[in-house]
Parts: sequence; structure tokens; C-alpha cells
Amino acid sequence: MFASGSTIISGFEAERLSMPACPSRSELEAVFRIERPRLIAALMRHSRDVSVVEDVVQDALLKASMVWSSNGIPHNPGGWLFAVARNRFIDRVRHSRMADQKLVDLTHYIELTRPASLSAANEAVAFPEVGDDILALMFITCHSKLSRDSRVTLTLRLVGGLTVDEIARAFQTSVSAIEQRIVRAKRELVSQGVSRVLPEQGERDARLESVMEVIYLIYNEGYAATAGPTLTRPALCSEGLRLGRMLAHIKPEEPEVLGLLALMELQCSRLLARQDRQGLPVPLDRQDRGLWDRLLIRRGLEIVERACRLSPPTGWYLLQALISACHARATSFRDTNWREILARYDALFLLSPTYVVALNRAVAVSWAMNPAAGMAVLRAIRDEWNVESYPLFHATRADFLSRLGLYDEAATAYRAAAVLSTNIPQQLFLAMRAEQCQEAFARGSA
Amino acid sequence: MRVMVLVKATAESEAGEMPSTELLEAMGKFNEDLATAGVLLAGEGLKPSKAGKRVEIESGNRRVLDGPFAETNELVAGFWLWDVRDMNEALEWARRCPAPMQGRSQLEIRPVFEADDFGDAMTPELREQEDRIARQIDKTGA
Repeated sequence: MFASGSTIISGFEAERLSMPACPSRSELEAVFRIERPRLIAALMRHSRDVSVVEDVVQDALLKASMVWSSNGIPHNPGGWLFAVARNRFIDRVRHSRMADQKLVDLTHYIELTRPASLSAANEAVAFPEVGDDILALMFITCHSKLSRDSRVTLTLRLVGGLTVDEIARAFQTSVSAIEQRIVRAKRELVSQGVSRVLPEQGERDARLESVMEVIYLIYNEGYAATAGPTLTRPALCSEGLRLGRMLAHIKPEEPEVLGLLALMELQCSRLLARQDRQGLPVPLDRQDRGLWDRLLIRRGLEIVERACRLSPPTGWYLLQALISACHARATSFRDTNWREILARYDALFLLSPTYVVALNRAVAVSWAMNPAAGMAVLRAIRDEWNVESYPLFHATRADFLSRLGLYDEAATAYRAAAVLSTNIPQQLFLAMRAEQCQEAFARGSA
Repeated sequence: MRVMVLVKATAESEAGEMPSTELLEAMGKFNEDLATAGVLLAGEGLKPSKAGKRVEIESGNRRVLDGPFAETNELVAGFWLWDVRDMNEALEWARRCPAPMQGRSQLEIRPVFEADDFGDAMTPELREQEDRIARQIDKTGA
């Protein structure tokens, strides 16, 4: 079922129930937000240049703003927009002075201008799904040759469809800072020669990994903000989840894709419980489990199960998801299956023998066995790596010391952690713990 | 935010009329779009009310009533759970939903309460209780 006159993009066949003329600004924006990524993804089949495609799409949206405000939103807004954007694009290609006209572009240009029925057959063979287009777009925005900032910003803007305003708010930074990042990102795309070339079989895993990495970065920045006045940035968690769900729908046969999504669903289920009224962090052993989001937990557990049916749990994300699942299943902190958690950390450490994994594993040791055993692991970590400037090391050490009743040393360690921490609520929490330990010590020696 | 989208019943759905092939295809595509956009969380169709029952609750008394039930346009024939950025997005997706039934049909969009919407009425003890119940449901149901 192909609408006449348009090339075949399955996403644009959706008809909508008719609207009165004079839609409001926010109604228009809702349509644009849905269509923008799909348009960009579809047009990227025909172009090497994301900037050109973005401009062309922006033009189409602008035209829609004007026309639809008086005529109402059409029945097939995506089809309308695509037709306008495509025509704009053809105009630009025709008038382009760029010597850079590779044969590939011309071929696609010819495809674009061919009558619908012919190009329909070709398109259907090469790119049957809007999902494939979105994935191809993700491969571009998440390309490993780009800087981390560029990858995150481009992905949120082009794939997530967020406005520059929304991205700025999500990162608690200024609009101009984000605009600069986008400019830089586009420059990098050009200088690094990143374009929509479908990866060879061997490359596909690496490409998928870079996409997962970016989604994880976005979610992680939302779950535990590295700096700034709040512990979490829920908007980023939502976006990470949304991108993860998109990816899992496009690539449901990939255990790590499912693992990443499960990890995010499970971790995000604790967002509310993770902070107290003052915005300070609440550790897992003190969290009100009644605040855990049961829908997300359910979804996470189901996805983890599906992933484990696809493959033995040896992947980076799936292992972490399994750890998170252990916590999710425990009715109270006491019921946590630390043995299983420790086993998963052992496997994680084999995959990635870093001090971050080692530290998290040490925490598991301290609960599966006892804090003294945990301290032994910390000594080994200190011998193996230089962790003196790493706040988590001192905070973990402080926690073990306080559980051992060694409050004086615990207070010192908490203070060391607080000084190194870059996140304000974290800092305040660590300082508060230092005080509590100091008081406990004073009471003990009184 | 999350919304529940209720598909209201019609005479046809209550009569148990199966949707046409075209409608099934169109719905399938719509659900695809929702999933590809990362919006779809859950969705099911419900059997006609003649397969259902009602429990009426009044102080100490419970009364069980067998379906079918009369007020067709108040009945629910199906539902979705969507994760959307705001109500405008929910509305836009709803506008794209293929007509779920012959003739006139109605979608009702209701935002889901988040835990902290309850404010202070929801004491930690009440929340824990709710949580315990949910876990038991999970154990038996899921």
C-alpha cells in the first residue's frame, strides 16, 4: 500500500483522524516531534550530509507551520512533510556546486525522481522498514569517530527529536552551549567523514556497540549526574529508556540490546526511591521499596528473561541487568541474593578487569560475606590500581569501616570522598555521613 | 509520563464481531509505529462483556453480576499503556490510531498516577503494603 507520488516509507502511511483547521502551536509541535526523526532517517538514504538533510527537513517543518496553521493538519502529515522535504532536497542537489557528487548520490537522486511505482520496487528490496532507517541514523549519530558530547547531543537531537531547549534543560546547561555542541558535532561529522554507509557484516557489531554506548551514556547521566545541583536528571533517563526501547524493537534478537534495556528499566524503577525530600541520595539498604516502580521492574525482569533465552549471560549489559534484577526481586534489603550478585560481578570482572568493577564487586563481597572481607578486597584494589583520587573508593571504604564500627576512620574516609565528589547532593550526603560517624565515635568514646 | 488509553466498546465489539483483515493490518502497523518510537509499553484487547463479571461493593456487601452489561459506550474493549513526553504527544498518537471499530468509536486517554502524586496521604507504611500486594500478584500472576 503505497501512496501515489511518494517514495516508500512505511512510517508515513499512517492516516490520522481529521482535525479542525487552526491547530494550536503545541499540536503542531507534537506532530513535528514525531515526524522529524523519521524524515531525517528516511532522507539520509539519499544523502551523505546530515546538515543538508536537517536543513531540508527544517524547511519542510517551517512550511508546514505556515500552511497547516490555516488549513489544518493533513490526514497523512508524514507523507506531506516527506514530499515537501524530498522536493527541497532534489532542488538543493540540482543546484549544488559541490564537486563532491559521488556516483552514489546521483544514483539515489535518480531513484528519488523516478516515478513512484518503479522506485517502490527498488526501495522495498533495499530498505523495507522505517526501523532500518532509524538504525542507520543511529549508526551515524553514535559513530565512534565523534566525540562523546557530539554523539550524545546529535542522538538526542536527530534520533530523539528533542528541541535544543529540551536538551539544554535536560543537561541543566544553556541553550547556546547546546547550539555550540551541535555545530561542533556537525563539523566533526564532516571532518571524520562519517556518512550513511551500511556496515559490512563484521563491522555491524562494533556499530551496534557504539549505539548502545551512547544510549547508556544518556541514561547514566540521568541516573547519576556526574556534576551539578541534582542527583538525577529524570529527563535523560526517560530519553535513554525511550531510545533503548526503540533499539530493542529494531534489534530484538540481540541479547546485549535487551540487556541494556533491561538494565535501564530496572535501574530507573528506583529513581524516586533514590533521593530523599532534600534531594540527597538514599542508599539501597535504606530505600523505601514501596516507591520502586513496579511496571518498570516487571518489564525489566521480562526482558532479562528473554535475553537469557537468547544467549548465556556473559555480556556487559546483560550481566549488569542481572545484578539489578537481583535487587529488584528482593522484597527487602535483607532478602537480597548477594551470592548471585557476587557471581555476576566475578563474570563482569573477567570481561572488564577495571577498578570500577572491582569496587562494585567489593561491595558485593562485603554483603555476601562481611565488611572485613570487603576491606581485604579494597586493600588488593589499592595495591593494584591508583584509586586515591576516586571518590567511590573512599566512600566504599568509609561504608565498610562504619559497618565495622570503626567510626573515626570512617569519618575520615567519608570526608576524603566528599572532597573528591563533583556532584553536589553526593557531596552533601558524604559530608553528612562523615558527621554522623564522627558523632557515633564521640558517643562511643564518651 | 505514562497514559492509559482506553478503547471504548461499540455494539459490534460487544457482539463479538472480529475485526476485518484490513483493520488488523492497520492496527498492526500502528502498534509497530508506537513500538518503533519507544512509546508502546503494553496493550491488549478485552473480550466482550458477556464473558466478564462485575463485583459491586457497598460497605460490607459484595454483589457479583454476570455480563453482558448494558451501557455499551461506557464499556472498555481494549487498552494501551503509552510512555509519552506529554499529553500533546499522547493526543497526536491517538489521532493516528486507525478507527478501532466500525462506525463511531472513542479513545479515552488517562494519565497514570506516579507514586509521589499521592503526596503525604501515601504513608511509607501504606506504600509498603501496596508494594507487598504487588509482589504477591507478581509471584502468582506473572
